[in-house]
Amino acid sequence: MTQTNNKALIAVLSVVFGLVAGAIIMLIFGYNPFSGYGSLIATAFGTPQNIGEIFSQMTPLILTGLSFLVAQQAGFFNIGMSGQLYAAWVGSVWFALAFPQLPDFLIIIGATLFGVILGGISGLIPGYLRAKFGASEVIITIMLNYVILYLGNSAITSFPKAIRQTTDSTNQVGDHGSIAIKWLSDLTNQSSISAGIFIAVIVTILVWFIMKKTTFGFSIEAVGKNADAAKYAGINEKATQIWAMTLSGALAGLGGVTEGLGHYGNVFVQNSTPETGFNGMAVALLGSGSFIGVILAAALFSALTVGGSGMPNISGVPTELVSIVIALIIFFVGSSYLIQLLIKKIKAADAASAGSGKGPKGKKPKKTDQTEEAQA
Amino acid sequence: MVNQTQQDIPAIEMKHIVKKFGDFAANDDINLDVKAGEIHALLGENGAGKSTLMNILSGLLQPTSGEIFLRGQKITIKDPATAAKLGIGMVHQHFMLVDAFTVAENIILGAETTKGMSLDLKAAKQRIQELVDKYKLAVDPEALTADISVGQQQRVEILKTLYRQADVLIFDEPTAVLTPQEIQELIAIMKNLAAEGKAIILITHKLEEIRQAADRVTVIRAGKSYETFDAKNVSAVTLAEKMVGRKVSFTTEKKPAQVGKNILDIEHLTVQNAEGVTKVNDLSLDIHAGEIIGVAGIDGNGQTELVQAITGLTHIQSGKVTLDGKDITNKSPRKIIQSGTAHIPEDRLRHGLEVNMSLAYNMVIQNYYESPYAKMGVLQWKAIADHARKLVNQFDVKITSIEEPAGALSGGNQQKAVLARELSRKSKIVIAAQPTRGLDVGAIEYIHKQLVSQRDLGKAVLLVSFELDEILDLADKIAVISSGKIIGTVDAKETSKEELGLMMTGMSLQKARQELSATKAEAKQ
Repeated sequence: MTQTNNKALIAVLSVVFGLVAGAIIMLIFGYNPFSGYGSLIATAFGTPQNIGEIFSQMTPLILTGLSFLVAQQAGFFNIGMSGQLYAAWVGSVWFALAFPQLPDFLIIIGATLFGVILGGISGLIPGYLRAKFGASEVIITIMLNYVILYLGNSAITSFPKAIRQTTDSTNQVGDHGSIAIKWLSDLTNQSSISAGIFIAVIVTILVWFIMKKTTFGFSIEAVGKNADAAKYAGINEKATQIWAMTLSGALAGLGGVTEGLGHYGNVFVQNSTPETGFNGMAVALLGSGSFIGVILAAALFSALTVGGSGMPNISGVPTELVSIVIALIIFFVGSSYLIQLLIKKIKAADAASAGSGKGPKGKKPKKTDQTEEAQA
Repeated sequence: MVNQTQQDIPAIEMKHIVKKFGDFAANDDINLDVKAGEIHALLGENGAGKSTLMNILSGLLQPTSGEIFLRGQKITIKDPATAAKLGIGMVHQHFMLVDAFTVAENIILGAETTKGMSLDLKAAKQRIQELVDKYKLAVDPEALTADISVGQQQRVEILKTLYRQADVLIFDEPTAVLTPQEIQELIAIMKNLAAEGKAIILITHKLEEIRQAADRVTVIRAGKSYETFDAKNVSAVTLAEKMVGRKVSFTTEKKPAQVGKNILDIEHLTVQNAEGVTKVNDLSLDIHAGEIIGVAGIDGNGQTELVQAITGLTHIQSGKVTLDGKDITNKSPRKIIQSGTAHIPEDRLRHGLEVNMSLAYNMVIQNYYESPYAKMGVLQWKAIADHARKLVNQFDVKITSIEEPAGALSGGNQQKAVLARELSRKSKIVIAAQPTRGLDVGAIEYIHKQLVSQRDLGKAVLLVSFELDEILDLADKIAVISSGKIIGTVDAKETSKEELGLMMTGMSLQKARQELSATKAEAKQ
């Protein structure tokens, strides 16, 4: 239990350190960090529209974060979320535009399912190759990202003219296929917020339940933590790995669906596979393996990105600084060893001062233990 | 020659050594003195603090408090390099040798003599040869390390320390990997070293070896050192009692076996490992209900692959395995488990436990998906926890909470946990591979009793072990395995350690018996 506390502490400290380091960089380049961060916060939470944008942008981040988490639980490092997301994005938009005669709810369900299936297949392929042939999923998923990028792009350009807006973008899915919610859009001054955020939160709960409470989640955890022991215990470790990667791909795919039917409302040719897929890794890392952590991390990154867009106008700080801050946060999470060392040193110093002092001071370490227990 | 006054000063003396890890004191005021020219055994259960103490002596750990004296001089050993410089050498349990190097190259690795920019192998080889002759460590410095026997590899480890001019040699469980014959040779080597004035510290929990080799013994129990006494004229029983702190029994009491029907039938089994090397070669064996079959053999002769083939963990090339009339050849591990096998695996950390999952989950790892542990694919925590609590109580597994990860348990308790899980499941055969490896007398006694009671319940028991004492004590019949073949099967009552030792090298039963009677006749003359 203390371990989870420690992890949360590391995540929080990483964010603080990342922001402080970002401030130092602003100072070095002659910007005022207070006005920089001030304009960031003012932009992020200043208008209803921007708040709507935060929810809209955190939606695929939550889903790709979950995707990474599920793969990680099974012992996979899924770098292919970007491609899996794009496959689903293209697929869902195509489905929504290709069957205008269907009733709206069937269009949405069909487009979602089609996208999720495409994402799932994109995850299944590396899962299968690793389980059956021991191929590195890292390399396979990176390569698949390119395959999916060019397949997706060429699909878009070869869609029938009727559903294309330009040569390299599709029509808006419009009222028939959109998952936007009218009163929410109105409330947030026509931001890109959609039902996606609710889907993401419900799916988070669902995935939490699957991973923590079901036999399927149990087998994924067992295989991920020790495949040999899982095999010994009669768990089909290969099938479990394949299913886990399929689930992971499907989740990233759902992220793509919310981009297509929600955030953007269409799909267009990309220069590289969507960054959102990669940012999901950062979200999962900062969320430190917890489901609530994923939602909070996604919210943070989304708020930073939305807020960052206002920095150049208000305080002259370039938006790139936000990318630097996000990168630094991830750097600190990755170098958690350093932070852990710091925590240990502080605790040791605490204990030492408590040990040397008598009376009330001597109780200090006990107190921290109790608070830890209470939190647990 | 050492004079009288020098001899009185211990070669190494550790005073009031305390080593704390957090609140836990692994060493809690330990005193130890080892004289030059003696073999001093450290006796203690697992987790008693022997390794911690030796890690302090070899510079891997720093004591929280306490003092170390080398020939009367106070020293601080800040790292392994310092220890080596001070003449303290460790012969590791797991050899640290480069297979592709010759013996000489391995010995000088890290302490190379150079001539200009190049290695002076010639001078090094000469020094090694001198050491080999002086201490009678028969090993060829030119031989490739991969080609020499395990016993010889150990001599290379000893030579490594001698080459670095060690006067204090620590032997960490040195006999774990040796055949009985090699053990005798090792004891002779240690005595030689001691006679040359080296101080030898021997860590072992094999009591017979202490009786044979050691001059004095220091008992360590729960991080504290107890008495130090003369090792001669002490019975193994006394040693064990001092180690555990209570009475223990060595031979497991058992009634004559009530042999029933054939349970496991192995016919012409052939198994290759991942590299395509045949490890089990046309092996046939059958095990009946109500009997314990012990498979004796030197490590690496196909025992691991045999067990993995039966349990479905490795692919069977050819042959047939039948469990109670049901063909289980190349069936999935789950199918085999369901048809009635309980398997105490050789490597409890790799196969036996999910060390990062809770003990409760570990207790249902094979049947978590069955009622009452799961309903419609949803885990039923209450049923799982109840089951775990029941097993923990029944098998006396010491743990603070069943939600703790299995890796938090001590080695003995981990093994008890595996045993609890395997023996509580319905099964027709219990396959126990090295069930007591690395465990202390108390835990061994417990596990032995459990295995015999499984036999008395009418289950078939297949015991694979490198410990001949264990096999002789428990098994009703002993099958000796060598190069993947069963060399012979003997009745446990009609054989001896020597006979099994010879068969383990690949000699047939008949030949082994001839050999033994010949040596006996020789001894009489």
